[in-house]
Amino acid sequence: MASKQVDFGEKKVIKEELIGEVNKAVSDEYKYGFHDDDVAYSFKSRKGLDHEIVRQISELKKEPKWMRDYRLRALEVFLKKPLPTFLSTKALEGIDFADIYYFMRASDKQGKTWEEVDPAVKRTFDKLGIPEAERKFLAGVTAQYDSEVVYHSVREELTKKGVFFSDMDSGLREHEDLVRQYFGTVIPMADNKFAALNSAVWSGGSFVYVPKGVKVDIPLQAYFRINSDNMGQFERTLIIADEGSSVHYIEGCTAPTYSSNALHSAVVELIAMKGATIRYTTIQNWSKNVYNLVTKRAVAYEKARVEWIDGNLGSKLTVKYPAIYLMGEGASGEVLSVAYAGSSQHQDAGAKIVAAASNTSGTVTSKSISRQGGRTSYRGLTKVYPGCKNVHIHTVCDALLMDEDSRSDTYPTMQIDDEKDVNIGHEATVSKIGTEQLFYLTSRGISEDDARLMIVNGFIEPFTKELPLEYAVELNRLMQLEMEGGIG
Amino acid sequence: MASEKLLVIENLQVNVEDKPILRGVNLEVNEGEIHALMGPNGSGKSTLSNTLMGHPTYTVTGGRIWFKGRDVTEMPTDERARLGMFMAFQYPVAIPGVSVTNFLRSILKAKLGQDVPASEFRKQMNGTMKELSMDPSFAKRYVNDGFSGGEKKRCEILQMAMLKPELAILDETDSGLDIDALRIVCEGINQTFRPDMGMLIITHYQRMLNYVKPHVVHVLVAGKVVKTGGAELVQRLEAEGYDNLIRETAAAV
Ligand SMILES: Nc1ncnc2c1ncn2[C@@H]1O[C@H](COP(=O)(O)OP(=O)(O)OP(=O)(O)O)[C@@H](O)[C@H]1O
Ligand SMILES: [Mg+2]
Repeated sequence: MASKQVDFGEKKVIKEELIGEVNKAVSDEYKYGFHDDDVAYSFKSRKGLDHEIVRQISELKKEPKWMRDYRLRALEVFLKKPLPTFLSTKALEGIDFADIYYFMRASDKQGKTWEEVDPAVKRTFDKLGIPEAERKFLAGVTAQYDSEVVYHSVREELTKKGVFFSDMDSGLREHEDLVRQYFGTVIPMADNKFAALNSAVWSGGSFVYVPKGVKVDIPLQAYFRINSDNMGQFERTLIIADEGSSVHYIEGCTAPTYSSNALHSAVVELIAMKGATIRYTTIQNWSKNVYNLVTKRAVAYEKARVEWIDGNLGSKLTVKYPAIYLMGEGASGEVLSVAYAGSSQHQDAGAKIVAAASNTSGTVTSKSISRQGGRTSYRGLTKVYPGCKNVHIHTVCDALLMDEDSRSDTYPTMQIDDEKDVNIGHEATVSKIGTEQLFYLTSRGISEDDARLMIVNGFIEPFTKELPLEYAVELNRLMQLEMEGGIG
Repeated sequence: MASEKLLVIENLQVNVEDKPILRGVNLEVNEGEIHALMGPNGSGKSTLSNTLMGHPTYTVTGGRIWFKGRDVTEMPTDERARLGMFMAFQYPVAIPGVSVTNFLRSILKAKLGQDVPASEFRKQMNGTMKELSMDPSFAKRYVNDGFSGGEKKRCEILQMAMLKPELAILDETDSGLDIDALRIVCEGINQTFRPDMGMLIITHYQRMLNYVKPHVVHVLVAGKVVKTGGAELVQRLEAEGYDNLIRETAAAV
């Protein structure tokens, strides 16, 4: 079944208990704010962006001419396009495009096995717990260290089944025809200024191809980090699930804290062919100075299903609206998201569901938490093309305010020309963390801080329960750190 | 049995938003005693129980609360609970997303200061739920979320039975229970009761006190305990209502 969760057998059973235990378990080590000084960069572009830099990136990667031309065209689009105006323009004015490194390479070699990976890089991964995850249930790992993938392993079964799972650069080298056929088809370079920027300077990200009828029953995982001051990260991901196949892709994300502004601008394209299922799970925890401007879009053809499971904790500003285009009859989609905004953070997240075929359905569940003056907004689009019949799209937005200073808004947009035979729902609730709930929990002996955390973790439980064990635990921990943390 | 003074309420005065609600309540509960607190709607019974647990809305303007020889009047709610006080709420609130299992595990841990081994915990929880005729599926449901009135009350008693408090304040635990449920819940209460424990049962009706026999009965009227007596007081109130008593006590002042 499409929405069926990947089963981890025994792990699922103990999941609930583990999450319950997390309250105690957090120690200082878990703070991801470390900085690795000892990683040598074998290449670092100069700051700023122009034709020469784009050409240089493409040459260093030894890309085919069509990709270099594509990048250069995208650069033109980027330079011409104004900043998006739906947000207050001030929000994005803090980005100094000239003060960013658009490309750097941590090590020349692509590690295929763990042993081959640079020890300094390895130490960083150790701190992130990647080998642990690897041991437990990893099918394949592509971990992005700055702009380049340095470690990559794909389990034999996957390769045998014909599944490609690699970083995008290798994908381009090894499966050029597929990449050329689909790259930029879901999100064209001219879609928005940041999609154009990514198209010009992209590096890393994942490429996944699942052949017809193949069910990948273990999640494919990639870890991403930004690790260098003022370095933009522009990963590019393309996932193609061929007819009747299914795949779950997970991307966890942590970043150390730096003083100057960093830019993360990713593009993620998903293509679910007839009868295919793609679930894409992300938990992002960028440091509080990162502009996180991501374009995520999926197309679902006949009877296909796409699920975006999207968690956003960190960053200074996140702008992200995972989209699903229901292109064929019987297609369905779901966006389930959590956003947390603390002091001086703004999470502008949402979802877009576009029905271009009959008998289609979509569900959006958005949960947001604001604290210490943080701001969350839900921005959603529901669009039904004329002539589409029996379309059901339901949106639920729940906001939790932790104090009086915090803020939450919803901006839903509906574009429905022909209301007949179309069923669209939108519900929004805003609640404050209540005295009565806190009193109830403290009257049982729970401290007030733990009581708050319990309420918050309960609030996001519909999200957490969709995550594999490790990620559920990680999310609860991150929440705990946020709740404990003071300003910033 | 030499009974200890478990709870001493001394001339307690409480305001809600500057409005006096309790106007000098005196009440003592000793170990091994079950006390019933009765009184008309709005007389301040829930105000008293909330104040005993330290609800922030209720401001103590005078008097003291002593528990196990300690002055707890200013003590934070969670500390009171860990010290052994418990209140079954008249209107329990829902905690969406937190399962009964996780919740029970967390409150036990908070109380004991350490984790109960999972297997032991499950045994205890399943056993207690069975005693209270609660379907095992309750363990997975979110605390009080979508519970019926009676289910909420059972869930309160489940928590009490697991936490084993030294003082239990039960605020109208009988309201909303059908006849069978009342019996089952009261049996649960009796099983929880130990000789080193005290109970303060707030109720409007005799039916609950037929199962859980009170040693002492207090009547609260307009923020004051106007009468204290034995179990026979319950029958009198049941028969006459509060009017006679109020008139009597007013005349006595
Ligand atoms: N949180 C509150 N905010 C405002 N007024 C309150 C609050 N709690 C109690 N009161 C007021 O205090 C008075 C006593 O209320 P309380 O709930 O203690 O009565 P009670 O004896 O428990 O009544 P009942 O038998 O109906 O449960 C009432 O007038 C009530 O309106
Ligand atoms: Mg009451």
